[in-house]
Amino acid sequence: MSVPTTRAAVPVLAAEDLTVRFGRRTALANVTLSVPRGRVVSLIGPSGGGKTTLLRAFNRMNELVPGVATTGTVRFDGVDLHGDEVDPVEVRRRIGMVFQQATLFPRSIFENVAFGPRASGYTGDLQELAEELLAAVGLWSEVAEDLDRPAMQLSAGQQQRLCIARTLALRPEVLLLDEPTSALDPAATARIESLIHSLRQDYTIVLATHGRRQAARLSDLTAYLAGGELIEYGPTETLFTTPRDRRTESYLTGRIA
Amino acid sequence: MTAAGISVTRRAPRRLADRLARPAFLACTVLAAATLVAVAGVLGVETVRFFGTVSPVRFFTEVDWTPFAEEPRFGVLPLLAATAQITAGAAFFAVPAGLMTAVYMEHYAGVRTERVLAGVTGLLAAVPTVVLGYFALTFVTPLLRALWPGTEAFNALSACLAVGLMILPTVIVFTRNALRSVPAALMETGLALGAGRGRVVARVMVPAAAPGIGAAVFLAMARAAGETMIVTLAAGNQAQLTWSPLEGLRTLTAYIAQSSLGDAPSGTVQYGAFFAVSAVLFAVTWGLHATGRFLMSRRSRGGLG
Ligand SMILES: Nc1ncnc2c1ncn2[C@@H]1O[C@H](COP(=O)(O)OP(=O)(O)OP(=O)(O)O)[C@@H](O)[C@H]1O
Ligand SMILES: [Mg+2]
Repeated sequence: MSVPTTRAAVPVLAAEDLTVRFGRRTALANVTLSVPRGRVVSLIGPSGGGKTTLLRAFNRMNELVPGVATTGTVRFDGVDLHGDEVDPVEVRRRIGMVFQQATLFPRSIFENVAFGPRASGYTGDLQELAEELLAAVGLWSEVAEDLDRPAMQLSAGQQQRLCIARTLALRPEVLLLDEPTSALDPAATARIESLIHSLRQDYTIVLATHGRRQAARLSDLTAYLAGGELIEYGPTETLFTTPRDRRTESYLTGRIA
Repeated sequence: MTAAGISVTRRAPRRLADRLARPAFLACTVLAAATLVAVAGVLGVETVRFFGTVSPVRFFTEVDWTPFAEEPRFGVLPLLAATAQITAGAAFFAVPAGLMTAVYMEHYAGVRTERVLAGVTGLLAAVPTVVLGYFALTFVTPLLRALWPGTEAFNALSACLAVGLMILPTVIVFTRNALRSVPAALMETGLALGAGRGRVVARVMVPAAAPGIGAAVFLAMARAAGETMIVTLAAGNQAQLTWSPLEGLRTLTAYIAQSSLGDAPSGTVQYGAFFAVSAVLFAVTWGLHATGRFLMSRRSRGGLG
């Protein structure tokens, strides 16, 4: 097969000439981008730029949309995600995603966290696991009293952290976070940001965000997507201080919403 | 054309329509309400008069319904039990089938399959009950008799199957509505958490729709309890307290249909019995319907904790 490479050299995720269309609308056009292991990559860009679509391409969620057409390749650890032997359920267990809107199940806090592990046949102590993960997202001290409370009763910030804990419960290798702070106030945003900061040690993270400063604060690499095209991609500091593309510069200076 | 020009040309006819609409709708509402009051009034008055002759205790505890015997007996239990049996039996067939069909249509079927199934459901809903009753009598019953030779020519099971077929579209349509009111994002979330579709359906989508599905069941049962033609044709008209599904029986509705043919002169106790039975039927269907509507109103709360 291919020439042996060290594991670190193979990007965790890679899109190669990826095009995604919803009906006649092109959401992503010929995007090529790779995500190195253990890094935080931010996707920034105007609304409708393709951030969500790219995230969803990474864990095969786009194919659930009727009328979607994908060309190009997405690789996970070098393996073609759309290969015949690849099971999308397995893909989604290893590449966890947190959606733009917190979508909790109308059940208890505990049941939400336990959902993923149960689905994958986890045999350990769920109670212990729940405690560990809720602690990891800084929620344990707030909800320890009553894990059987309906999850919907939590505040927006707590709900978002619960969503992250629920995804962490899959023990994924990669975390896809879609605008995790877009619905939150500054205090809750700060909590999520410090959470993401603490998660970077254990996970590769791809973060879609509207917050330019958030991208600058949290990520090693930043990609600027607009109109479905990858305009520019590089180390966050370089991209923010000396963007190569005029369009990136306009966006960063706030001339494009 | 200016905005003012548009409003001037449109103002006159719209005003006329507005002026007519109010009283027209009001008249319809009043007419419907008046009809309901009249029905309830007649039912109430005649039922009270009947209970002046026959004690309500005996009416609800005796097990013989023989209003035209020399020594008439007015024990409504056989009729009530028969209605319960038909309703439960129909639900027994229609609820699992309807639930599975609705889940399949909402969460598995492609656009074309869904359209075909919706068409078939609509068609089934359009079959007149007299046809279903005839189908039960001439097709289902011979089949049952071939399977279980002891089966009577009029039997409950045949009626249950046909009534089940009749309420199947109700179960399907209301269950689909309930399933559709659950946010689709929950399905995506479940799949994104590494669960298979079946698991998300069983653990998330159906439980979240549970009150609405409960409503579907009760509204369908209300229809089954009020069904007349099928039970008269297929289950016969023998008032007897039996739990054997292979024997004939007589439901509340079957008795009402038969006695309304007019062999009891006005003012007699037999005439009053007709209204008392009608009142019982009304209570049963109203109770089922109200339970269904109550569950429906709980639907918007987004499932159970
Ligand atoms: N399910 C869908 N059906 C049809 N078109 C879609 C669908 N999802 C996305 N699109 C289209 O694809 C394009 C890219 O959308 P996408 O959601 O990826 O953008 P985004 O960068 O995440 O935007 P936002 O910042 O608003 O979240 C848009 O034009 C959008 O209208
Ligand atoms: Mg988005």
